[in-house]
Amino acid sequence: MKAQAGLQHRFGPYGGQYVPETLMPALGELEAAWLEARDDPAFVDRLSVLLRDFAGRPTPLYLAERFSEKVGGTVYFKREDLLHTGAHKINNALGQALLAQRMGKSRIIAETGAGQHGVATATACALLGLECIVYMGAEDIRRQMPNVERMQLLGAAISPVEAGSGTLKDAVSEAIRDWVTNVATTHYIIGSAVGPAPYPVLVRDLQRVIGDEARSQMLQRTGRLPDRVIACVGGGSNAIGAFIPFADDKEVELIGVEAAGEGIASGRHGAPLTAGGKPGVLHGSLSAVLQDDEGQIAEAHSVSAGLDYPGSGPEHAWLRESGRARYVAVTDDDALAAFTSIAGLEGIIAALESSHALAWVEANPGDGIDLICLSGRGDKDLAEVRQRLNPSTSGP
Amino acid sequence: MTGVEIIAAAFARSDKRAALMPYLMGGFPDIEKSLAIGHAYADGGADLIELGIPYSDPLADGPVIQAAGAQALRAGSTVASVLEVAQELAGRLPVVVMCYANLVLSRGQDQFASALAQAGVSGLIVPDLPIEEAPTLLAACDDRGVALVPLVAPTTPDQRMAKIGSRARGFLYTVAVTGTTGERSQQPTDLAAVVKRARRYTDVPVAVGFGISTPQDADGAAQAGAQGVIVGTRLVRAAAESKDPAEAVRALVSDFAGALR
Repeated sequence: MKAQAGLQHRFGPYGGQYVPETLMPALGELEAAWLEARDDPAFVDRLSVLLRDFAGRPTPLYLAERFSEKVGGTVYFKREDLLHTGAHKINNALGQALLAQRMGKSRIIAETGAGQHGVATATACALLGLECIVYMGAEDIRRQMPNVERMQLLGAAISPVEAGSGTLKDAVSEAIRDWVTNVATTHYIIGSAVGPAPYPVLVRDLQRVIGDEARSQMLQRTGRLPDRVIACVGGGSNAIGAFIPFADDKEVELIGVEAAGEGIASGRHGAPLTAGGKPGVLHGSLSAVLQDDEGQIAEAHSVSAGLDYPGSGPEHAWLRESGRARYVAVTDDDALAAFTSIAGLEGIIAALESSHALAWVEANPGDGIDLICLSGRGDKDLAEVRQRLNPSTSGP
Repeated sequence: MTGVEIIAAAFARSDKRAALMPYLMGGFPDIEKSLAIGHAYADGGADLIELGIPYSDPLADGPVIQAAGAQALRAGSTVASVLEVAQELAGRLPVVVMCYANLVLSRGQDQFASALAQAGVSGLIVPDLPIEEAPTLLAACDDRGVALVPLVAPTTPDQRMAKIGSRARGFLYTVAVTGTTGERSQQPTDLAAVVKRARRYTDVPVAVGFGISTPQDADGAAQAGAQGVIVGTRLVRAAAESKDPAEAVRALVSDFAGALR
């Protein structure tokens, strides 16, 4: 039933479908629908028109001259922060919302960490007239209030999740439970390249526009490919979208930057790919996961809500194991410093998530051409950053 | 006797229209009390026990069992300590362990199956391991006579149900509702249809779970053709709400048993 002529379910040993039986038929239906839709010129055309006229694609490839001068080498930013709703998440949300509509599902659920995927999904649902419920950890609601207000304005219902650490992991779990209960009417728009098959492939297909555009822009501008492509990794959707079009260009180094939080050694981080350890199952797929000796999932920690996740996309686990990509991590403090410095240097307020990628390049400059995926903008992070950098000031 | 045989005998021996299988959250509220609750289940008339190992991210469970699992973990429950509870209870009635996939994979599938067999556990239910992902664990369990019990749901189409039914060991866990575990005020109208489909596609007994909240629901499931009835959340809630959990669940289990006689 699966595998033959279907979508990829495994990346090496990683991936799979570790979900309750209730969802298995829905995953099969989703896989069939995506196989059909992505080959349907009418669907592809509708999505690309929306990405162009509504979301603002293609996004610019920007030569960051002052940043380049500071770190040495030549650094380009792929400006996903300039997209409508402020991050790459809209690429996936629009595609999946169109797919849901095509499948006749009128109710959409989503999880969100930083709120960017929630805002993107709420936006796509408003545009297409779909009901939208967003699961969000209570702790994330606190630290990302502007995005909560945006989602509400766009007509989405916010469902706070108190369980566990009240962050992204718990929001995903609760969204999956909703889907188990309402699977007949509901499509779950997962926000990252995680989850049971076919989600990692579906999200990758929708995000690879980042790398496809960047690759041809780079060739056009410089006549060559970058030496390194660098992107932050929570679940890893902007990174997989940026990496995959370069996967066959063996000379291009692919570097995923995770959240080291308070430091890998502290145990308080969100860097399962960097930290290593045995693989585990989280949210329906086998991948690099933070867990204890018995297999209980550990809580992640990051100043950035979007990277505060103990799992990772299964394709990243395979890119690491096969040696095609490498994964590194940047601490809260270094990401905060990059957030501040890039604002003054380039006039860009980058998301805390993306600031991890910037910080890594600052600390590890290359001597050729670097391409950094600037996955989102950081307006949402101002209150959190202000409080972190000056704890005596009261919150928003 | 192998675990598979022990389960078959328990269904055959039951004095009820459907065998009664209460769910016990291992280590809730702590290890010692959970053992006492298990004994109370046996005293109250249970035919088998489904023993849950607490997990950090139980995707198939509703809020009551989630909270109980979280409390069990806070109280220091581990896979090993729950298996000790299993071993104690297995002396009185068949124990079927319910455990999420990552705990099994983390220990290693062969090692996990061995640990179950050593503890005298008869069967294993892994709610997030559909048949596509189960071949290795099924072989490991078969080698040790432990019954790997699969699940079917109302959403499972016929062809798939036939495939799952043919690979079922011990019994076929039939999920009564499209949803997570938890009490419901209304029983699903299509329960008889799901049970009928499940029975058509398997040779092992069909046990119904998810949403069985009252003795009347248990009776309804038996009337719908279920050969086993699993009661979870109602009992976990009773244990959570009572100062004397063992006594509270003993009375309840006995009510459920009465409704099935």
